[in-house]
Amino acid sequence: MTKWMLGLLAMNAIAQVTADLPAGKKIFESQCALCHGQTGTGGRGPGLNRPKLGKAPDDEALWAVISNGIEPEMPGAWQLNEHEVHSVAAYVRSLGALPPEALPGDASRGERVYQSKGCAGCHMVGGKGEGFGPELTDIGARRNGAHLRQAVLRPATLLPEGFLYVAAVTETGAAVRGIRVNEDSFNIQIKDARGQFHSFRKSELRDLKRLPNETPMPSFEGSLSAAELDDLVAYLASLKGKS
Amino acid sequence: MKWCVWILTVAVSAQVPYDRIVNAQKEPGNWLTYSGNYLGHRFSPLSEITAANVAGLRVKWAYQFESGHTETSPIVVDGVMYITAPNSAAALDARTGRQLWKWSRPLPKDYQSIGFGHVNRGPAILDGRLFVATLDCYLVALDIKSGAERWSTRVEDYKPGYSLTLAPLAIKGKVLIGISGGEAGIRGFVDAYDAASGQRSWRFWTVPAPGEPGHETWPQDGKYKDSWKTGGGSTWVTGSYDPESNLVYWGVGNPGPDWNADSRLGDNLYTCSLVALDGDTGALKWHFQFTPHDTHDWDSAHVPVLFEAEVRGTRRKLVAVANRNAFFYVLDRTSGEFITARAYARQTWAKGLDDRGRPMLLPAIEPSAEGTVIYPNLNGATVWFSPSYSPLTGLFYVSVRELGSIYYKREADYKPGTFFAGGGEAGIPRDEKKGAIRALEVATGKLRWEFPLNTAAWSGVLSTGGGLVFSGSDEGNFFALDAVSGKPLWDFQTGGAITSNPISFNVNGKQHVAIAADRVLYVFGL
Repeated sequence: MTKWMLGLLAMNAIAQVTADLPAGKKIFESQCALCHGQTGTGGRGPGLNRPKLGKAPDDEALWAVISNGIEPEMPGAWQLNEHEVHSVAAYVRSLGALPPEALPGDASRGERVYQSKGCAGCHMVGGKGEGFGPELTDIGARRNGAHLRQAVLRPATLLPEGFLYVAAVTETGAAVRGIRVNEDSFNIQIKDARGQFHSFRKSELRDLKRLPNETPMPSFEGSLSAAELDDLVAYLASLKGKS
Repeated sequence: MKWCVWILTVAVSAQVPYDRIVNAQKEPGNWLTYSGNYLGHRFSPLSEITAANVAGLRVKWAYQFESGHTETSPIVVDGVMYITAPNSAAALDARTGRQLWKWSRPLPKDYQSIGFGHVNRGPAILDGRLFVATLDCYLVALDIKSGAERWSTRVEDYKPGYSLTLAPLAIKGKVLIGISGGEAGIRGFVDAYDAASGQRSWRFWTVPAPGEPGHETWPQDGKYKDSWKTGGGSTWVTGSYDPESNLVYWGVGNPGPDWNADSRLGDNLYTCSLVALDGDTGALKWHFQFTPHDTHDWDSAHVPVLFEAEVRGTRRKLVAVANRNAFFYVLDRTSGEFITARAYARQTWAKGLDDRGRPMLLPAIEPSAEGTVIYPNLNGATVWFSPSYSPLTGLFYVSVRELGSIYYKREADYKPGTFFAGGGEAGIPRDEKKGAIRALEVATGKLRWEFPLNTAAWSGVLSTGGGLVFSGSDEGNFFALDAVSGKPLWDFQTGGAITSNPISFNVNGKQHVAIAADRVLYVFGL
């Protein structure tokens, strides 16, 4: 056996355990995207552009899901070798990954801003606060600093997917404003600012307005100093998961 | 005497002879074939449940399947309901839902659904046998009294991506099936099998081979000259049948690869077409291609609706199709002549159709590397779930999906048993994803009314002699509308997404309506 051949074998061994992101993207687009969407935003299968995948909490689990599929709907990629599986996994992870960024603020000071400005009156972090607005426990794993900054300053421009603020008027003239919790063709469920649920048959409402560009969250533009804003964003960016 | 005994034996064992299915309208208390009749109407003449009393509809019983996402459309004969799930079938007491027998076939461990779910859309019945198509590509005949297997025939090898998800169509002495696998580079076909023996009677290939008519619409030479072999043309939705002319009408799916058409220049017959086949031989009588050289996965996988109407002063036998490409078509079903068409949903790919029904394409509609926004999305303005036609109202009822897609073109490398799609789609951010039940005048496609749905639905439609239209929603609503006005009259929250077709039948002379929602089959009555 020549040194040249030994070298080739060694390269092959390395290739089997390393991931090739462009190769993973190409395989994803031809074999996975039909269900998960070309950009991983989902379709018949779930969206994969998120930092945590329920069926694949770690890389080994993700490799297994790709190789073996999930009964009964997801076929396994039996045709892929180990290197290709790792490459697809790396690409899937990249869909929901936020690149690390240096933020100017101080997270511990930002936590105090969060409390003093009343954010916990609508949002929950680690089980504390009120659940009217979106849960923020892992917001730092899902959103980058620029996004968080804009959400604090101009929240109506960055509403979460599926979020809808509605205003209903009942047959008796009572007005209810709140976040749409659920809706079907005949009924709607609304959560008001006190966290109370309301369930209505739509045909029995005098009026039901959808407010697609509105949010009960106030803009904090002008009510936070530049330093407070930096600190608050740093705090939110530090929230990576359950605590 | 021997002759008399023979007659008696035949009468006992031939519980659902062909003539009963031909004359299904004479026994509306039963549901004898996938669409209720051969003409694809999904119309029940039963009239006990009406606008006046539908508010009193209640659950009579429910049956739980072993897994969810049920798409079955039951058959009901003389107090027995026959249902299917992937690789299984069961007979239920139609009065109580209690199981009478069950049959199943193990699914091979290496079976994979490439491009669709683990589903089955129902059985067919003929004489004393129930016919079930399995995911691993077997057509199976079961004894309707016991569920015992009488024969099973391998239709194709599942490993390259062939599969069976549809309800077979039983006609005189034959059982017809179509094939799934349009995203795996299969070559599609419609098959007929002898109902008694399971032997194949004929096969119609939906992608013609060299030398056959239609092959000229595929590359003839060069590196893509074999593209027809992986050209798609699946046939995964049950067709309709005209007993008078003995013609079978079957929709054909998309060409492969779906979104990258570089390897298949040409119209790619008979993909995205309706074909009329001789029931005895499978010979092609005519075809009509809705979407030549499709690049958006707009299978013509729909139940064709056969009806008669006056066209320019002459009464003609017609066929109507609400196509996945967002146009509603009326064709002469004897000749395939294009009569009329009209968009019934939002579409951004054609400026219209010419006088022969061929689409006049808008520019820049092709999938691209950076993505191309087009309406409708890849599932189409409607898809496999059934429309309904009521001869009482003259209306064609269809569940419509109003959403678009960003279509991407990618490389396509054929490897048996893997996706061969050449791209795909992504949802349009903040696209509203609306749906509706629309009532169209059957001869013209003009919109008469619509009932808006909260989101785009996956449920078929049933119309009835009681002047009602039943359908379901993705959020689990099963509901009844007035067939003339579209006014909502009744609804029930089933608790699971409805991806199935409703039927109606009698139990002890009382009308019932059935729908499967996720993993539960509900039966309603007054």
